[in-house]
Amino acid sequence: MAKVIVNDIEVEADAKDNCILAARKAGVEIPHYCWHESLSVVASCRMCLVEVGEKKPDGTVVMGPKLVPGCQTPVKEGTVIRTDSAKVKTTQQMTLELLLLNHPLDCSICDQAGECYLQDYTYKYGKAQSRLDEPKLQRVDKYHIGEQIALFTDRCVMCTRCVRFTREISGTAELQVVNRGSHEEIDVFPSEPCNNKLAGNVVDLCPVGALCSKDFLYKKRVWWLKNAGSVCTGCSTGCSIHVDQNEDKVYRLRPRENPLAQGHFMCDEGRFGFKYIHDERRLKTPKVNSSAVIDTNAQKSKTNGTSDLNFADPWLEVLSVTRTKIKEAIKTDARGFVGVLSPFMTLEEAYLLASYLKGLDKRVRLALGPVPVVGKDDKYPKGPKGESPAQEKVKFTIRAEKCPNRLGVEAILKHFEGEVVTLEQVASKGDSTAWYFVGGSSQGWVTEATDRAVGKPSLLIVQDIFPSPLSERADVLLPSATFAERDGTYVNHSGLAQAAHGAVRCPGDARADGRILMELAERKGLFNAVALRKEIALNVPSLSALAVGDLGDHGVGVAVAKKEVVHS
Amino acid sequence: MSGSEFKPVLLGRRGKPNSHKLDTYKADGGYQALAKALAMKDTEVIDVVKASGLRGRGGAGFPTGLKWTFLPKDVQGPIYLCINGDESEPGTFNNRVLIEEDPHQVLEGIVISSFATRATTAYFYLRYEYGRCYRVLKDAIDEMYANNLLGKNILGSGYSLDIHLHRGACAYICGEETGLIESLEGKRAWPRIKPPFPAIEGAFRRPTVVNNVETMACIPHILNHGPEWFMSMGIPKDPNNPRDAGSYGPKLYCISGHVEKPGLVELPMGITARELIDKHAGGVWKGRKAKAVVPGGISMGFMSEKELDTPLDFAGPGRVGCLGLGTAAVIVIDDHTSMVDVLYNACRFFAHESCGQCTPCREGTAWSTKILERIRDGRGKLSDIDLLLEISSSIGTIPGTTICGLADGAAWPMKTAINKFRGEFEEYIKSGRRSESKALAGAH
Repeated sequence: MAKVIVNDIEVEADAKDNCILAARKAGVEIPHYCWHESLSVVASCRMCLVEVGEKKPDGTVVMGPKLVPGCQTPVKEGTVIRTDSAKVKTTQQMTLELLLLNHPLDCSICDQAGECYLQDYTYKYGKAQSRLDEPKLQRVDKYHIGEQIALFTDRCVMCTRCVRFTREISGTAELQVVNRGSHEEIDVFPSEPCNNKLAGNVVDLCPVGALCSKDFLYKKRVWWLKNAGSVCTGCSTGCSIHVDQNEDKVYRLRPRENPLAQGHFMCDEGRFGFKYIHDERRLKTPKVNSSAVIDTNAQKSKTNGTSDLNFADPWLEVLSVTRTKIKEAIKTDARGFVGVLSPFMTLEEAYLLASYLKGLDKRVRLALGPVPVVGKDDKYPKGPKGESPAQEKVKFTIRAEKCPNRLGVEAILKHFEGEVVTLEQVASKGDSTAWYFVGGSSQGWVTEATDRAVGKPSLLIVQDIFPSPLSERADVLLPSATFAERDGTYVNHSGLAQAAHGAVRCPGDARADGRILMELAERKGLFNAVALRKEIALNVPSLSALAVGDLGDHGVGVAVAKKEVVHS
Repeated sequence: MSGSEFKPVLLGRRGKPNSHKLDTYKADGGYQALAKALAMKDTEVIDVVKASGLRGRGGAGFPTGLKWTFLPKDVQGPIYLCINGDESEPGTFNNRVLIEEDPHQVLEGIVISSFATRATTAYFYLRYEYGRCYRVLKDAIDEMYANNLLGKNILGSGYSLDIHLHRGACAYICGEETGLIESLEGKRAWPRIKPPFPAIEGAFRRPTVVNNVETMACIPHILNHGPEWFMSMGIPKDPNNPRDAGSYGPKLYCISGHVEKPGLVELPMGITARELIDKHAGGVWKGRKAKAVVPGGISMGFMSEKELDTPLDFAGPGRVGCLGLGTAAVIVIDDHTSMVDVLYNACRFFAHESCGQCTPCREGTAWSTKILERIRDGRGKLSDIDLLLEISSSIGTIPGTTICGLADGAAWPMKTAINKFRGEFEEYIKSGRRSESKALAGAH
């Protein structure tokens, strides 16, 4: 630790901090473009110039004669930083004027407007007018720079964050600087576009509107977006993300910085893989097959008296029928009743279902649904020939295990069942007569094999988001929610429990799994993830770390028995 | 010692038949200094160079011996010596003559310096345009390998050295030492942030010394004649200024521009610009008077006619507002020339050569060129003059706004031209005339 004085505010900074980080701790912003915590320091944008000096033990302060870049200058005991002197302010104004010289100022049609550091810094540190009296340089936009990325060349401030990202994090090195001086541009080699699996991150890294995501381009003004902190469910890395939505439509996902999870970035598979949320084929209506016809009119007259308006909630009848059917099936053959917990479920949901079924009869069996694994763990930065890096040099991993919560669900299963049994293992015994099957995958997750394994039971309850061979023949179909529509906790590959928050509502009559299970189990009150986490912590010793309830932005490590599966 | 009696040292063999050949060099006493150095300890060689007061000839004038001592003491693995032959400062051509006329003098200096710095590999970075230099050097290096002056166990001393000759690709920025290193490594020549300095982490992340060609040419003579001989030439250090390291030894002055007899002359440090022009360059051409003189390459700025009695040593040009002695490339501008045109030409060069890494230099050099272009087109405003001054004072390492010093070099011509010739700029703008000079509008 080092005592640092920023604009007369004394603050304890880490000895590894540079001036930008130390000032941040004092609540002082040092504007910067080229510097980024995960990338190497180049100190080239010169936006973060500050005055730095030293407070001697005798109390005198000696300031350096020159301005220094805050990004490149480490702090030590007694470092004095001034960001509010006239010298710093005029230099900031000049740097911004220079950066805007050839900038087209096309904010009105720029996707970045509203979250643009050229706008923000100009507003805070710049001046209103440019003294440029000559025509601006005009450059050609490069839509071909990547499958998902477009380059608006003339908006670029040459911070080279994107170039360094492809060299240092993805290791694929597609991007580079071409030309010299004020004619410099970011570019790719001919026919070598920036299409690596992490390419979308350069859009987030770009502090201005130069690199834009083609997927999001011109879709929504960013000030209309509301975001919810969530967790990507694409693989077991469990990247922290923002879900940006407007009026129940998700427009984009962005990585949310989390040093405990993935760092600053996320992969394109996760970033652009959210479209299924709004897929037309989503299951939207709860159904009970032939054996019990839901009489919604009867329901209506019961609840609503003589009103003609149909406020009937199909769920009331469906859940009541389901409850009866479950109880009947367990009465007939408790051991033959199998609850299948999916690794896409949140901890809360897994706990609700497990405790409900085991509460009805201890002999009910619980199993782990299929865990999707695709290929091998994909590690970055790649070497020059595309080879994976040595383990200690890995900066990002896209995991082969394509589900968010295997470890968490396993912890629940171990607690209630004593061991983790897979669906196939249970099915192979041939003694199951009724199934409560939870899905939740965006992919064709219920395969023919699963379908065969389940066989022809006397009762089949399916809680899922997409139609599948199982849902087609389910006795009870409970349409449930995607990650963007529900609150809950996921435990990633390293045992980090992170809270995800719902961003949008479910389509049609579909419901968040937690709400379905709360009502099915006839528990009192509404679904509340924080309260449930505390309950889980009390009941499941391996998850006792959840007792804090609020897991914060970064999550909490839990002591689940880590059976780390390395797919390499 | 007056200039007329001075017997050239570095250019002593210029014009001799086959001066670039090993046998003629040896016949003139070449490689004796190397033998002498190899018989000494490496630290003793450094001490001799330090004692001579030799300062780098590349532009910044940093004491050479001191630079060598910055190398870490107990270093495992290779140390590199890089020779900066990317001579691209406008007006400068001394390296070219040294290499073409007397390559072995330079190469002997390189082997001695490598021995002193414990370098086992030396990289000779040569600008691409110097084709003849490249061929001459290549032949000279081959001769050295054939005569056990390079390679394993040089002259039976147990010391081994390899020299790699590397041709650049025509960029001014490669003359900046860390830009040179980046370029040598095969990267874009963007100067590095310091620290670490090259002596700690340079080429291929190894301790590295970067020295100029002319500095290398001085080394054999210092070994042969001793530091006292070297210090007998030039201007001694100012006793009232503890930071002055003095300006010793012979210096090559490149004279170009509006003089009767442009060329390269060797003189002891400290000759005045006036004497240099009048005595050694035949005076200003066509019987005209000088208006401005560049003391050491365009990036050092301009001296006015009144300032021509300034001695051209390391400290002199600084006293009249120039950036320094630079490469001692003197460019004379006669009184028929418009300073607006001269400054435009300088700015155009820097806008073209700015590496584009730091915002102030990248944008500032291009902007000032555009402003001057407009002024030369008769559309200037009086406020442009102060704007140019503001741009020039906000770029460079002196205010701290750029990574390398080449931005200071871009700022200084602007500052000095406007400060010293402001009236001419004002008159030009007020007249609203368009430049008659054909110098390439919009070609930057």
